[in-house]
Amino acid sequence: MSHDPHPPRPLFERAIVRTAIFEALAKLDPRRMIRNPVMFAVEVGSAFTTVLFVHAVLTGHGDAPPAFILAVALWLWFTVLFANFAEAMAEGRGKAQADTLRKARQDVLARRLRRGVEATAHLADPARRSEALDEVVSSSLRVDDVVFVAAGEPIPADGEVIEGVASVDESAITGESAPVIRESGGDRSAVTGGTRVLSDWLIVRVSTNPGETFLDRMIAMVEGAKRKKTPNELALDILLAALTIIFLLATVTLLPFSRYAVTSSGHGAPVPLTILVALLVCLIPTTIGGLLSAIGIAGMDRMIQANVIATSGRAVEAAGDVDVLLLDKTGTITLGNRQATEFLPAPGVDERELADAAQLSSLADETPEGRSIVVLAKERHGLRGRELEPLGATFVPFTAQTRMSGVDVEGRQIRKGATDAIARFVEAHGGVFPAKVRGMVEDVAKLGATPLVVADGAHVLGVVQLKDIVKGGIRERFVELRRIGITTVMITGDNPLTAAAIAAEAGVDSFLAEATPEAKLAMIREYQQGGHLVAMTGDGTNDAPALAQADVAVAMNSGTQAAKEAGNMVDLDSNPTKLLSIVEIGKQMLMTRGALTTFSVANDLAKYFAIIPASFVGVYPALGALNVMGLRSPTTAVLSAVIFNALIIVALIPLALRGIRYRPAPAPALLRRNLLVFGLGGVVLPFPCIKLLDLALTALGVS
Amino acid sequence: MTADATTLLLLYLLALLALAAPLGAYLARVYRGEARVAQRVLGPVERLLYRLSGVRADEEMSWKKYAGCVLLFNLLGALLVYALQRLQAALPLNPAGLASVSPEVSFNTAVSFATNTNWQSYGGETTMSHLTQMLGLTVQNFVSAATGMAVLVAFVRGFTRRTTDGLGSFWVDLTRSTLYVLVPLSLVLALALVSQGVVQTFHGATAAHLVDPVTRAHHTFGEQALALGPVASQIAIKQLGTNGGGFFNVNAAHPFENPTALSNFLELLAILLIPAALCFTFGALVNDRRQGWAVLAAMLVIFIPLAVATTTFEQAGNPLLTGAGVDQVASALSSGGNLEGKEVRFGIAGSALWATATTAASNGSVNAMHDSFTPLGGLAPLALIQVGEVIFGGVGSGLYGMLVYAILAVFLAGLMVGRTPEYLGKKIEAYEMKMASLIILLPAAATLLGAAIACAVPQGVASLGNPGAHGFSEVLYAFSSGANNNGSAFAGLDVSGVFYTTAIGLCMLIGRYWVIVPALAIAGALAKKKLVPVGPGTLPTNTPLFVGLLVATVLVVGALTFIPALALGPIVEHLQLGAR
Repeated sequence: MSHDPHPPRPLFERAIVRTAIFEALAKLDPRRMIRNPVMFAVEVGSAFTTVLFVHAVLTGHGDAPPAFILAVALWLWFTVLFANFAEAMAEGRGKAQADTLRKARQDVLARRLRRGVEATAHLADPARRSEALDEVVSSSLRVDDVVFVAAGEPIPADGEVIEGVASVDESAITGESAPVIRESGGDRSAVTGGTRVLSDWLIVRVSTNPGETFLDRMIAMVEGAKRKKTPNELALDILLAALTIIFLLATVTLLPFSRYAVTSSGHGAPVPLTILVALLVCLIPTTIGGLLSAIGIAGMDRMIQANVIATSGRAVEAAGDVDVLLLDKTGTITLGNRQATEFLPAPGVDERELADAAQLSSLADETPEGRSIVVLAKERHGLRGRELEPLGATFVPFTAQTRMSGVDVEGRQIRKGATDAIARFVEAHGGVFPAKVRGMVEDVAKLGATPLVVADGAHVLGVVQLKDIVKGGIRERFVELRRIGITTVMITGDNPLTAAAIAAEAGVDSFLAEATPEAKLAMIREYQQGGHLVAMTGDGTNDAPALAQADVAVAMNSGTQAAKEAGNMVDLDSNPTKLLSIVEIGKQMLMTRGALTTFSVANDLAKYFAIIPASFVGVYPALGALNVMGLRSPTTAVLSAVIFNALIIVALIPLALRGIRYRPAPAPALLRRNLLVFGLGGVVLPFPCIKLLDLALTALGVS
Repeated sequence: MTADATTLLLLYLLALLALAAPLGAYLARVYRGEARVAQRVLGPVERLLYRLSGVRADEEMSWKKYAGCVLLFNLLGALLVYALQRLQAALPLNPAGLASVSPEVSFNTAVSFATNTNWQSYGGETTMSHLTQMLGLTVQNFVSAATGMAVLVAFVRGFTRRTTDGLGSFWVDLTRSTLYVLVPLSLVLALALVSQGVVQTFHGATAAHLVDPVTRAHHTFGEQALALGPVASQIAIKQLGTNGGGFFNVNAAHPFENPTALSNFLELLAILLIPAALCFTFGALVNDRRQGWAVLAAMLVIFIPLAVATTTFEQAGNPLLTGAGVDQVASALSSGGNLEGKEVRFGIAGSALWATATTAASNGSVNAMHDSFTPLGGLAPLALIQVGEVIFGGVGSGLYGMLVYAILAVFLAGLMVGRTPEYLGKKIEAYEMKMASLIILLPAAATLLGAAIACAVPQGVASLGNPGAHGFSEVLYAFSSGANNNGSAFAGLDVSGVFYTTAIGLCMLIGRYWVIVPALAIAGALAKKKLVPVGPGTLPTNTPLFVGLLVATVLVVGALTFIPALALGPIVEHLQLGAR
């Protein structure tokens, strides 16, 4: 990518924060809260303590001093609001991210072909176009409508080119400033609404109804109402609900227990309901309960930031589980084209002579291979590219019959091409194809490279080795993937020999040579049978079955509509290497959930030490010994714990939105680190924090 | 810890591991049907039993069918025990002429023995006839233990099998557990105990002439009736099968049940033998011994410190007695420490280790009265019960309980390494979490709600033998023991009334079957799944790191659930004791 179209959004953007605050209030609706059992319990607790407060004010002899009940009630409401705010922030950021993408697709004027009109006949001729076209707004376009887009006009909707070739500016979506070619047929036929035709014209069949585009689907997933819980989220929700019930039992039973204690010891008073509610809220996993949905939405946000549109949260989560990556060789593992890497002179020929002849024969050769020969000769031997015309040279282009190209200059006939073609050429000139060179050719092929033989008339000068160039850094990336347990499989149309050589060079674990769509599909099924989760990228229509079968299927935005429909993610940058980032985002989301759950539960220990002595010291003064933090009074102890419990949610919002730091490492190392940080940290951190809050409350005159 | 106590603990652990490893390997062969030698001897009996009962040995049951068979079999067993008690006055083998048992005690006892709890709301020698003890209670001692083992084997099959519905046949697993394991082991142990003086007879009672006649209420008694019976046979299985229901009221403190230091050691070994061996069996069945070691290590990591703690607190004695000038220091003639409610022949070491082992395993037999332990000395046994009887636990039930905790641990840990959690190659998803939550939630709920109701209703409070925090500890212990199928009592609490027999009876049912059914449901769901191949991204579950995680999960769940209640019981009792 030449530049990043969506620079990382500041964590708390003012506009988003403002909307999120209102949203947090709106989300208090119990019908929405019930989707989150933990926070629903907090809301019920808040309402209950509010009632207790009103009761205390009205009757004068409430459950506890009214001011204390009010303080607890307020902080419980804050707890709910903070959690809602976190969710609203994540939603807001997701929507804002999507809006930037959506800006590209504001309503524009579209020229729709009238039904029943034959497109080709009318549209190819500029004069007759207007007869066949209606001007409509883009939002009224439906699937299978056909539109005409001329140079300088925006493409009104996602669709498929059915006629024409044009260069299209897709920078609004991909950030890539170089225009791309879109043409009918083949794998470059898909166009995206909001991009702009730069030259020529296109006839496009609309492929989505308004509101059904990938972007729309993704926005729906970010927005609360339609969001479905992912499988892991569901399992975690069950665990959190179970914990909530356990803590509910542990606190509710304290009422009869403390009543018994009062009766049997003859002094003190049973624990106030306000304190029981406070204890309950502190114990139930509010930290993770409050941030759970925010974490999920933030995962989607990060996908959008990576310019990937996921069509289900399930796919984002599955990305973390993927342990087999199928990667297309071309574009992902190697640079697109073969390049000359070596001049191998025939016996008795100087390498420089070979380089010079090869360069001469390639000067007019505009193919990437030809250009790379010119460059290599310049780099190795300082031979500068020359103009053919002053030399009086004639270029002999490549044809399917001769299977060689070259140049006729100063009586020389220089040719380069496949071995057998050059052999025929040399023999036709009365020369002999040396056995040595034949051996060299075989050696080059064994290395997975393509040999190009160069001859001057009857003399064979040598061999140019053309090689697939493995992308820089990709090998290290694969080592990293192997460390985290992901197998990489290279998919290529090359023969097994070439494929094996490139696979070895790139460091992939396995390869599929001479790959056909059927072979790809079979391979995915085989891996899945073995319990693996497979991710792949694809762009062509023939990739569609494999994409549909894969667990995580990333379709390139430049690919065909069929490929996009079959996949569960679309990469707007059409960058196959993106798969690696997608896996990371998936893992990061799961890790953030696990880490915050551990943290949330670990926090409870300190809260017990704060609230248990505070609740029962009246009945059993000896329990004061458990007040290890030396909190000033039962009132400040309970309030400090409740305030800590509420503030920690706010403090962790950035972590929930950004996700915890992900470093590729084997599972045990990751676990050890996260247990240390979030488990042990979760146990230790609340002690000083609660103590500080207690000191602050004391300083404020609360006693 | 005194040198004696340390030596005993070390010897005990060594002997336990030395015996458990080969037994565990043998058990694995039994369940795979590969125990050649044993099958040559007992195979004909096994096949005869199947032929008589019309069981197809190769039947594969779905989890629902398996659970149905467990429930049906246990229901019939409980009904038989109930009927035997209600009718015992009219039935033979009742030399003492004992009356039929009351409906509430009969219900409680029937449930108690069918659920492998062996909570006793009665005194054995003064309530149950020989027939009831042998045909009712001892038979249940065997089959309730075998039920636990069968369910465990089915549970493990959930991990070892893939994409299938079948968990094996309950009848086969039950028969093999009884025939190949429990019966032979009991036979050996019973004979060893008889050699130490444990009685085994059908005689009712014998009279002993008192050296020093006792005068009570103007009567002088020169003779004492010594209750006898088929004791050794019942003691052997009660120890081996983590049953714990004694022949005599005072259980293993009684000299006819547990006469010598050696009998004490053997019975102690028998408590943890099969639960420990099953860890090795688990490792063998999943083809990775280190998995079994990991689970066993987690159990030991919790067990050993608590055994040391109990011994230390008991050895330290009662500060109030120290204050009164009582000698509680260990010496050549006395074990010292808090000897109230303990047998001098076992001393602190033998009593404290027993208390820890019997509550770690859901055995529940006692050789000392837990009620008389110091508050913290009694806290360790209570805590071991409250973590759900998974530190060794009941035969079979302890291990499947622990494996459910492993599933929970793996779930959290799995998320933290960025993958859908998996255990032994099986993905842990919402359904498994739902069932695992039920397993952990319901016994805890039964304990807390039971104790709460007991504190709130007059019948509950009226039965208390002690006031204040100690009385509360007794109630909490009773419901913990019932709901986790331990069966030991803190005593001091009269539990023979309608309230306690019914409430604890219900707790025992919940604690047993509300664990078995969801556990089998998990097994059924796991068996259907594919096996996820192991790679560097997989969290290994056979390493010290995982052992630590498992230990932490068990302790954290237990602590978070019970700390508030414990604070009002043993903890405040201890603090008050120190403050006085």
